[in-house]
Amino acid sequence: MNKEHYDKLKEIVKVYLPEDVSVEAITEESNFTQELNINSANLVDIILDVEDEFDIMLENDDMNEMQTVKDALKIIEQKLQEKEN
Amino acid sequence: MNTTEKILQNLPYEEPFLFVDGLQEVSEERVEGFYTFKSDSYFYKGHFKGNPVTPGVILTECCAQIGLVCMGLYTFTLSDTLINKNQIGIGLSSSEMEFYTPVYPDEKVRVVSEKIYYRFHKLKCNVKMYNSKNELVCKGTIAGMIKSLDDGR
Repeated sequence: MNKEHYDKLKEIVKVYLPEDVSVEAITEESNFTQELNINSANLVDIILDVEDEFDIMLENDDMNEMQTVKDALKIIEQKLQEKEN
Repeated sequence: MNTTEKILQNLPYEEPFLFVDGLQEVSEERVEGFYTFKSDSYFYKGHFKGNPVTPGVILTECCAQIGLVCMGLYTFTLSDTLINKNQIGIGLSSSEMEFYTPVYPDEKVRVVSEKIYYRFHKLKCNVKMYNSKNELVCKGTIAGMIKSLDDGR
């Protein structure tokens, strides 16, 4: 896992956490909607922020696959690699 | 049937919670529509006691129906997605509104909505409502999820 990307992602997610969920609750395994209580509209905002932060573009399928923090990191790495090639 | 009629016919609302009479303009980027608040509407009985004023929450709803839902339905007609009342999933996700002028029974209002973005089924717009004197009634940012239940998730 890329620690730098993980920290950046955490900073983004933090903003959209409901008040009853603390930043410490975020782990690699966290499920965005079920564990972190992020609604689907805020999940879209997270994706848009991720796109800006990493200068990548996500598709509808990517969002469907993005269930956990780990999934998100995987997609970020994948998109960054595609960009390099 | 033209595009506007198609959109109006497929709005998933009806009395007493339909707040769209018609659309002057609709595109992927911008919607302009109008509605007249009927004096016999149920909410005037209680808001306020003996002093009927259109509730802000209803003004917000009117902005959302014209500005968000009509724009969303328009994008569906563009992509030729089957639009059918029972096959559209809609939910308001956030609204931040400021109110300037009250709207009384029988007043006609005009709503102008401009798209901020529409991605991953989320539509976010800047909306403004004007009264018949062209005074700003309210403005703000509204977002919602809108999708055809046909295309999966």
